[in-house]
Amino acid sequence: MSELMKTPLNAAHRALNAKMVDFGGWDMPVQYPAGIIAEHETVRTKAGLFDVSHMGEIRVKGPGALALVEHLTPNAVSSLALGQIHYTAFLYENGTFVDDLLVYREGEDEFLLVVNAGNSDKDFAWVQQHAKGYDCTVVNESPATGQIALQGPLALAILQPLTATPLAPIGYYYFTHGEVAGFKCLISRTGYTGEDGFELYCAAADTEAIWNAVMAAGTPQGLLPAGLGCRNTLRLECKMALYGHEIDDTIHALEAGLGWIVKLDHGPFIGREALLAAKSAPALRKLVGFRTFEKRDIARDHMDIVQNGQKLGFVTSAAPSPTCGFNLGLAYVPTELAKVGTRIQVDIRGRAVDAEVIPTPFYKRQK
Amino acid sequence: MFPADLKYTKDHEWLKPAGDGTATVGITAYAQDALGDVVFVDLPEVGASFAEGEEFGTVESVKTVSELNMPAAGAVLKVNETLGDHPEAVNEDPYGKGWMVKIKLSGELAGLLDAKAYEALVNSESH
Repeated sequence: MSELMKTPLNAAHRALNAKMVDFGGWDMPVQYPAGIIAEHETVRTKAGLFDVSHMGEIRVKGPGALALVEHLTPNAVSSLALGQIHYTAFLYENGTFVDDLLVYREGEDEFLLVVNAGNSDKDFAWVQQHAKGYDCTVVNESPATGQIALQGPLALAILQPLTATPLAPIGYYYFTHGEVAGFKCLISRTGYTGEDGFELYCAAADTEAIWNAVMAAGTPQGLLPAGLGCRNTLRLECKMALYGHEIDDTIHALEAGLGWIVKLDHGPFIGREALLAAKSAPALRKLVGFRTFEKRDIARDHMDIVQNGQKLGFVTSAAPSPTCGFNLGLAYVPTELAKVGTRIQVDIRGRAVDAEVIPTPFYKRQK
Repeated sequence: MFPADLKYTKDHEWLKPAGDGTATVGITAYAQDALGDVVFVDLPEVGASFAEGEEFGTVESVKTVSELNMPAAGAVLKVNETLGDHPEAVNEDPYGKGWMVKIKLSGELAGLLDAKAYEALVNSESH
């Protein structure tokens, strides 16, 4: 086994007695001693602090940067204001996913692309490969960049005393540059939990000092360090896609329910022709949310959706939901079974268990 | 680290012989820690009989599910009904309130590890 990669916070996690796991080649905390449920509930009611330094950052800069990012992604990049962010994807020609990502508009001709850790090398190669002929530089800033996510209703109250930058005016999916605890940061009002919060991008060398400052500021208010275990249950409750689960190179953007990031009338991009064709034909399958009814009926990732012994679809992500208090999941099912209220069955280790298609997201924060 | 009066399996169950031909079965502190927050324990009916090593139930945590295997052949005398409402007892008190079944042993105990051997196993797994 090759050596796991470590974020700048590895020693901090160990000092906090985190349980570390191999996450896509990274040595990451799945939970701290409080446990997944307590961390999940704390993010929903107070705040949690996540190490997301494993995420990849690719900077595209130069007169051709806008044209390149528009070529590579289906969302309307030219509509982004300076300081604005949107969710989008890299697609293959057939409309399936290379990865999903955030695009940050740093300048007229400068974009920061934030991609999944496990796809970071593939994504960087993908951008480089397509950059030929575009007048711009493509730099992989991942190794030099740390990232922490402060998420939860108390995030603003905890972070504000650590920075002179007024945080309240930063809108959802906007960012600014400032200092946090005396260190330069990109301060982004984004997250992967369904709560209000901020993601701080900083120099790798400064990450631990910023982490410690935020922990010290937030602990009296109930802040907990939060691991990847609750990050998964939090994003699942909000039906946020996870690469390798809801999206991958076999699923196209419309099936995944991500039509809203696909601006077909916004000019050419890789995958557009396939998605135009897909849009004009009836969808064969859809991503739906479902719940089971008995405590013991806990569906898990990759289980089959069945009917009369026939496999009809598959579960992409599933777990007991700490916020909802029942067992839920996301699954691809044939379109005729996708309507809310439809009864479906999940094959849970050989038992065909009753489930029902229910509205998503499963959880939506009250604003 | 692991109680000396218990016997252990390689699959991280413990068995505590009562000395009268019955025994209590649960999972170890190491097992509950690896699982994380336990949310459901699926236990057998009273009266069911199991061979040594046979699956007698499952334990579900937020992130995963694990089989429960019988440390020794026997018939179920009692199951821990309180785990229905309080599965977290498996995390909080794996050798006490988190017990799972009481069984009537149908043979001799064989192949189980003592605390020292089990601790060596755990150390070899976690490093």
